[in-house]
Amino acid sequence: MPAVLEIEGLRKTYKSRRRGTRNALDGFDMRVDAGQVHGFLGPNGSGKTTTLRTLLGLIRPDGGRMTLLGHEVPDALPTVAGQVGAIVESPQFFPHFSARDTLSLLAGAGEVPATRVDEVLELVGLRDRAGERVKTYSLGMKQRLAVASALLKNPKLLILDEPANGLDPGGIREMRTLMRTLAESGMTVVLSSHILGEIQLICDSVTIISLGRRVAFGPVDEVLAQHSSGAVRVRLEAVSDLPAATDALTRAGILVTGHPDHLMLAGVDKPASVTRLLAEHNLYVSELAPIAVDLESVFLELTATAPVPGQHRQVDESMKVGGTGQPGATGGGWGA
Amino acid sequence: MSLFRTELRRLTKRRFTRYMTLLGLLVLAAVVVGVFFTNQKIGADQLARAERQADQQYQDQVRWSEQERAACEQAKKAGTATDGRFPDDCSVITPPPREQIEAEWFLPSTFNFRETFDETLIPFAAILGLVGFVVGASFVGAEWSNGGMMNLLLWRPNRLTVLVTKLAALLTGILAVTLPAAVLWFAGFWAIATFRGSTEKVTSGVWQSLALTGLRGVVLVLVLTTIGFALASLGRHTAMALGGVVAVMVVGQFGLGILLSMASVKFAEAWLLPTYVMAWMTKTVTLQNWDSCNATYYGECKPETVDITWQQSSVLLSVGVVVILGASLWAMRRRDIT
Repeated sequence: MPAVLEIEGLRKTYKSRRRGTRNALDGFDMRVDAGQVHGFLGPNGSGKTTTLRTLLGLIRPDGGRMTLLGHEVPDALPTVAGQVGAIVESPQFFPHFSARDTLSLLAGAGEVPATRVDEVLELVGLRDRAGERVKTYSLGMKQRLAVASALLKNPKLLILDEPANGLDPGGIREMRTLMRTLAESGMTVVLSSHILGEIQLICDSVTIISLGRRVAFGPVDEVLAQHSSGAVRVRLEAVSDLPAATDALTRAGILVTGHPDHLMLAGVDKPASVTRLLAEHNLYVSELAPIAVDLESVFLELTATAPVPGQHRQVDESMKVGGTGQPGATGGGWGA
Repeated sequence: MSLFRTELRRLTKRRFTRYMTLLGLLVLAAVVVGVFFTNQKIGADQLARAERQADQQYQDQVRWSEQERAACEQAKKAGTATDGRFPDDCSVITPPPREQIEAEWFLPSTFNFRETFDETLIPFAAILGLVGFVVGASFVGAEWSNGGMMNLLLWRPNRLTVLVTKLAALLTGILAVTLPAAVLWFAGFWAIATFRGSTEKVTSGVWQSLALTGLRGVVLVLVLTTIGFALASLGRHTAMALGGVVAVMVVGQFGLGILLSMASVKFAEAWLLPTYVMAWMTKTVTLQNWDSCNATYYGECKPETVDITWQQSSVLLSVGVVVILGASLWAMRRRDIT
C-alpha cells in the first residue's frame, strides 16, 4: 500500500535564553498508508501538534524528510495543499461571521466550488444553523465547523487534531461514523486524539509519540499484541491445589502471583503450555484467560504517564525511546 | 474566486471595517456641515453692517479717549496721585485714526475656496489615515490572533503571496472609500464656497495645485494604512500596531519634544514626525529659531529658518514604509506559526 504521509528523522529544536535548548521533535518517524484511519497519539507536550504544523508548513523543521501524497514537503506544499484538509489544535473562527460565510471565504480562497459549502454543512450536521454567527456556537459546533472546513476541499488526506474535543456522546459517535465513511470512500484520515477508546475503535493503525520520538507504531492489533505483558489468569478445579500449581509453575520459570481463588501468571508466551504443565502434575485448569490490554494501558505504559498516587506529573515527564525510561530523564517536548 | 477577491470580501464583511469607515465618513461629513453653518456669503448688506460696526467702534474709542483725557486733566489740576494711570501730557490721549479700525474685522466668516480649501485637505487625510491605520491593523491583527491566518495558510501555503494579497485587498478597499470621499470633499467645499463664500480666482493652476495636495493626502492615507497593517502583522496582533503608535507618539514625540526643548536644540520640530506629515501636505514647513538674529539691510533682526519640504517628507515616509513592511514580510516568511 503506498504511503500517503511519510516522515523520517524529523527534528525541531527551540532555543530560548531562559529555558535553554529543547527538542520538540527528536528524529521522529511516521508512516501512514493510503485509505487508513491512523491514530496519532501522545501525551501533552509530546510533539503531536508540532509534527502536524511542521508537516503543513506552519513550522520550519531543523532536519528530517517529509512527504505528503508522494511529494516532498514543505517545498511541494502549494501542489498538494489542495488535496490535504486539516485542522490543527482548537479551531478558532471570526465570531461575527456565520458558518456559511466562514466556509464560503475559505472556499473562495481555495477556489473550491461554492456548492461544496452546503454539502459539508450537511455532512457535519450544521445545515440548519449555518446562518448563525459562530460566536453563538458551542464548542462542539465549532468543532463540527472545523471539520467541515477541512472537508471542504474533498481532500485525499484528512488531518484532524482532536476532532472530538467538545462533542457530546452523540457527536462523538457521528464523528466516528463519518471517519469510517470517509476512509471507506478512499480518503486517508490521520486522527490525533486523547480519547483512546475512540482511537482503538476507529483506527486501523497508530503512531505513539513521546518527547518528540516515536515509541510505537503499526496496526492497532499488533501494537496491542506487542505490548501485552503475557499475563494469564488461572483458576483450578480445586482451590486447595493452588499452592502445588504455584510450585510447579515457578519451577518452570513462570512468574506467579497468588490470589485466594486464582493465580496470575506473567511472561507466558503460549497459554497452552500452562495447561500442559499443570496437567502433567495432575492439576486441572477450570479457567485460563489471557489478560487483554487496551490502547490506554499501552499508551500509559509506553509514555510512562500513568498517574502515581501522591505524585503530580509535569507535562514534560514522559518516556523517551532510547532513554533511561525514567520520567523527566531527558529534556524535550515543547510546543505541542 | 481568487484570493484577492476573497480577501476584499472578507474585509468588507468585517463589522469593524464597516463601523470605522462609517465613523470616519460621519466625522468628515460633520466637518463639512460645521463649515457650512459657520460661514456666510459676503454681500453689500454684510459689508454695510461691518462698516457700521467699525464706525461704532471708532465712536466708542473717541468717546473713551475724551473721557480719559478729561479725567487726566482733572487729576492734574487737583494734583491727585494717579499711580501712573495717566501720562504726563494729557493731550497725547487721542483716539486711533479711523482708518486703523478696519471694516473687515467685523465681517462674518466666509469660505474662500482658493485660500482655504487646501487647509481642509489636512484633516481629510488625517481622519481617513487614522481609519485606514486601525482598519488595516485590525484586518490582519485579528486574523493572526484568532487563528484565521493559520487556517488560510493551510489552504494557501505561499505565505508572502497571502500577506501581500491581503495588503493589496486592504489598500484597494481603502482607496475605494478615499477616492469617492475626496471627490465629495472637493464638491462639498465647492458648494460651501458657492453658497457661503467665494469661488473667485480659482484658476486652472489653483485646481492643479489642489489636486496635487489631494493626491498627496490620498498617498498619506495609503501609507498610514500600510504601516498599521505591517505593524499588526509583525506583532501578530492588532494591539501591536495601536500600542506601537501610542509608544511612538507618547515616548517618541512628546517625550522627545520635551527633551529637545529642555536641551534648547535648534529647530527641535525637525526631529518630530508631525512636522514631516505637515510638510508632506503643505509642501513646505518653515521652522524658525528665535534665539538668533539674521540682520536685514534695514537693521531688523530676522530669525534663522529651515525649510522642511515635501520631498524630504517623501523620503522619510518611503523609508518608513519599506522598513516596516519589509520587516513584516521577512517575519511572515521566516517565523514559525504557532
